[in-house]
Amino acid sequence: MSTRLKSGGRLIDRSRKIGFTFNGKRLQGYEGDSLAAALLANDQVLMGRSFKYHRPRGVVASGVEEPNALMGIGKDHRFEPNQRATLQELYDGLVSESQNHWPTLDADIGAVNMLMSRFFPAGFYYKTFMAPRAAWKHLFEPVIRKAAGLGKAPEVADADRYEYFYAYTDVLVIGAGMAGLKAAREAAEAGARVLLIEQTAHIGGRLLTDPVEIDGQSSDAWLEAERAALAAMDNVTIRTRMMGAGVYDHGYITAYERVADHVAAPDAPRHRLWRIRADRVITATGAIERPLSFAGNDVPGVMLAAAVRDYVALWGVSPGDRTVIVTNNDDAYRTAIALKQAGLEVPVILDARPAAIGALPRQARELGIRVEVGKGIASVKGGKRVKAVEICAQAGEGSTLETVECDAVAMSGGWSPVVHLWSHCGGKLRWDDAMAHFAPDADRPPTGHDGQGFVIAAGSAMGHLNAAAAMEDAQAAGRRAAAEAGFTPSEGAAPSVNVEDEEPLEAVWMMPAGAGPKLRAKAFLDYQNDVKVADVHLAAQEGFESVEHTKRYTTLGMATDQGKLSNINGLAVLADSLGAPIPAVGTTTFRPPYVPISMGSIAGEARGAIFKPLRKTPMDAWHDANGAHWEPVSDWRRPYTFLRSGESVEQAVTREIKNTRTNVGLLDASTLGKILVKGPDAGKFLDLIYTNMMSTLKVGRCRYGLMCTENGFLFDDGVVVRTGEDEFLCHTTSGGSDGVHAWMEEWLQTEWWDMQVYTANVTEQFAQVAVVGPKARHVLEALGGTDVSKEALSFMGFIDGELGGIPARIHRISFSGELSYEIAVPASYGQAFWDALMKAGEPHGIMPYGTEALHVMRAEKGFIMIGDETDGTVTPHDLALSWAVSKKKEDFIGKRAMERADLTRDNRKQLVGLATEDPATVLPDGAHAVEGKNVYGDPHTIGHVTSTYFSPTLERSIAMALIEGGSQRMGQTLSFPVSADKTIKATVVDPVFFDKDGERQNV
Amino acid sequence: MSDPVTGLKGAHFTGDISVTDAGLIGMISIRGDFNAPAFRNAVAAVTGHAVPETRAISGDATGGLAWMSPDELLYFCSYAEAPSKADALSDQLTGTHHMVAVISDARAVFRLSGAGVRDVLAKGAPVDLDPARMGAGEIRRTRLGQVAVAFWFAERDVVELVCFRSVAGFVMDWFEVTAHAGSEVGFHG
Repeated sequence: MSTRLKSGGRLIDRSRKIGFTFNGKRLQGYEGDSLAAALLANDQVLMGRSFKYHRPRGVVASGVEEPNALMGIGKDHRFEPNQRATLQELYDGLVSESQNHWPTLDADIGAVNMLMSRFFPAGFYYKTFMAPRAAWKHLFEPVIRKAAGLGKAPEVADADRYEYFYAYTDVLVIGAGMAGLKAAREAAEAGARVLLIEQTAHIGGRLLTDPVEIDGQSSDAWLEAERAALAAMDNVTIRTRMMGAGVYDHGYITAYERVADHVAAPDAPRHRLWRIRADRVITATGAIERPLSFAGNDVPGVMLAAAVRDYVALWGVSPGDRTVIVTNNDDAYRTAIALKQAGLEVPVILDARPAAIGALPRQARELGIRVEVGKGIASVKGGKRVKAVEICAQAGEGSTLETVECDAVAMSGGWSPVVHLWSHCGGKLRWDDAMAHFAPDADRPPTGHDGQGFVIAAGSAMGHLNAAAAMEDAQAAGRRAAAEAGFTPSEGAAPSVNVEDEEPLEAVWMMPAGAGPKLRAKAFLDYQNDVKVADVHLAAQEGFESVEHTKRYTTLGMATDQGKLSNINGLAVLADSLGAPIPAVGTTTFRPPYVPISMGSIAGEARGAIFKPLRKTPMDAWHDANGAHWEPVSDWRRPYTFLRSGESVEQAVTREIKNTRTNVGLLDASTLGKILVKGPDAGKFLDLIYTNMMSTLKVGRCRYGLMCTENGFLFDDGVVVRTGEDEFLCHTTSGGSDGVHAWMEEWLQTEWWDMQVYTANVTEQFAQVAVVGPKARHVLEALGGTDVSKEALSFMGFIDGELGGIPARIHRISFSGELSYEIAVPASYGQAFWDALMKAGEPHGIMPYGTEALHVMRAEKGFIMIGDETDGTVTPHDLALSWAVSKKKEDFIGKRAMERADLTRDNRKQLVGLATEDPATVLPDGAHAVEGKNVYGDPHTIGHVTSTYFSPTLERSIAMALIEGGSQRMGQTLSFPVSADKTIKATVVDPVFFDKDGERQNV
Repeated sequence: MSDPVTGLKGAHFTGDISVTDAGLIGMISIRGDFNAPAFRNAVAAVTGHAVPETRAISGDATGGLAWMSPDELLYFCSYAEAPSKADALSDQLTGTHHMVAVISDARAVFRLSGAGVRDVLAKGAPVDLDPARMGAGEIRRTRLGQVAVAFWFAERDVVELVCFRSVAGFVMDWFEVTAHAGSEVGFHG
């Protein structure tokens, strides 16, 4: 059984007991425990079920590479699935649950899948669920969905905060083990700014478990000295619980800081996603031990050898009383020695190599541990935990020579450098045959803007598994990074490291070497996705020669652990099946993030009120307090209508329109874009930007203008005001102000750089209010300050003055057809001006109106709206706006395009007005008009409705549409089929429905 | 005549740092040829500040001149005197190609203070905020989260930040999240 040892465990504080629950069971651990360590200490070896076969699974590793011990952590608003128990630090009251089982972890119905496993081979899903199509919806998908998936999705909103952090450094060092600390120290001593990050809560890396002698002192003493030296340097930052997640172009690195995963209900943001710019990146990310592929290598209690001694050394936890070691290298003997020294039994070390003559095997033998060379495991006995192993000859087919009872197995297939971060941005790998691993190819690093490598792998991440070599390499890496970042590193020899020499390993990809189909079908490569050696063999047999194809076919390495344990073993098996050398088969692509990061951290702070910027006008608060029914208009919010109590939205809009047409209405038009254009060439510039002539506009006058793209399509419109000889103010649509400003600047900066023109986007300088209706003038006269009579201020004119003591520019322009003033005041006076208008207008029945009333009134007048009547394929001519396209001008943007054949076609879709046969029927927006049949025999679409309303003014429905050859169809009746049994008929009419002569606005 | 109000209406928030509406500030956008002596002289005569170097600011929001682009400056003065200062600038620059626009109302100005101010800004602005790289006298036009801002250090731990008026509330909300008590990072010394 697994249990807590009487002593040991350098990371735990035995004086601080911590209570937590697992699947509702109350358990105890110590401060400093990982959840996995605490579970093992409570003899909870079974930690989950596998994805496909629901096989019982226990923890295999002690760190980020863990594939099995995935938990749902927390509850309610703080529940998160798929968390690695090996990374989760224990806190008081922690709630955890295992995943992928039903009804309970111990008695799981899905485990029947394993009994059926020969019916679930590689590619099963592709082969089986092909047809019939209907079965997908009703049979396959519901069944697969229920059976598949790991953790449960959270059901309620996340209670925590998340954020980003932008950081800049000369040298970023990822990993604070021996190599990372040394490299950081070297770079820092040279004067570089150094950011050293460590994914666990502790610096030291493998030195914490596997001490060595450094410069004659213990590695603990060396660690403390390095930590203290770095902490004392102003140019060094050390952050723990922070993982290098991704390396991108131009020295851009993301790092994932788990700020508060180790506390129950944090004040702090839970995760912080760092976005780092570094001149040089040192990846001192260590190496990951590989499992061995033998039958039953997934039975709970089979663990990586180094993980076994981690649990003993770091948390004082014994994974089992009797642990069999199985290995192809010397390093695993350290586990045997550690277990023996902790007072535990090691019945036998099974070494697949023909001989074990190194220093570590000798130590093991001296401790009286039985070592069997040339042997391996034929099969592990046990279901929910290890009971025994059957020993066989590694060279054979797996005949049992002996059965050894045990409750744990520590396996080691050698070590693979963590090359992920090196590889993310294009760093290449080389195959090291002697070490049987891929390591960074120093000659082919990921390159930065200058063509130089910007990532340097150091220590065991570079393939230096010997600590002395790793130290030298790390020192050189730190110095090189500093030098390349422009600093002068020191010289001198690296600290001497005294560590046992190790004999070469022997690559073992299948145990035993001659294992038949039966054993191969129980030798797991990918624990999380249940991919076995047999599956990779099958894929190779079926012709999947590319490692990328095999990966997708078998799902090897596609689970949330991204194949950290399985990739190398899997591709070695593939290479073996194909009879190709491993480097010829190659690796799959390493993609960020290194370990899955939370969706919260990716979203950062952008949620709730700050999910997206919301632009508000100066009168926004008043609108909100006065019944505004909001609608989004680009990033702004604008009142769609102002609801009074008991009113429906439709009733409110009708009331606002009627009141505006009979009394006076007030519209907040502050969102309209306002771009100042000034300079000796301003007129010439605007003649090019607009389709109509602007240079002839007189000072003090306004003119409606259109802007087209170079393809001749209308994209923005608005009123241009000439405020001076060389100064114009261009109004744009609410959504168009930033785009139009950028458009103008682009032309000025890239094409017409010789023009003397400056522009400024002054949209937000002004609150703009439209005072609209027959009584509008009375309201302004009541405010006083400026003569707004017909004589003083004629239609399409403006004057600068003041109203009610507030500086104001008063334009006489109308988008409603009524007598209308649009008045711009400094935004800081916007609310005061609005209040003054409401007060002055009270005797005249003034009411605010929203965007819907605005839309209906402009449609009654046949005015187009950018985005309704235009969609990026519509020219001014299509909209009967030819009067606003100059024929005199030599050039303007879109002029040439408008002369192309397709844009001058007679039967282009053109704007028409529509009157439905039944005046009460309102056409649906976007309804299509049909005529005749198309080549497929279906109804031929000739156009669609662009704007459609019930007009309270005319007491009938009105609509505009773009119809093929529409300008020639006046009086025709068109058909709009809106459902299977309903067709609306409408007659083509003049789009100006109301006050065709414009008498109302001209008073 | 009514009193003008800022977009922030005097809002204030204290968490890891203090965030306050800096009140009404006069702002004038000035564009012209920085190399022309006439432009330099006119700017100096009216503002009392020499044309700043690239990314530099002379003074602060209570009175200062900031570089905004190779042909654009932002002048800070009192809200009340902005129109007359703008007129004076226009007069002085008559005959040269220039633009002078009062934009006091188009912006909101925040005052941020506290030891963690660099760290809070670093949560939204991709700027190297190492005190050795970004100190007093420098202005950055950048973004904060999803919106455009500019900021500079008025004092050691005091930052003035300007954004568009329409998103002033959004920026305040942003600070209330990122400077929420307990969110300190401790990266910038």
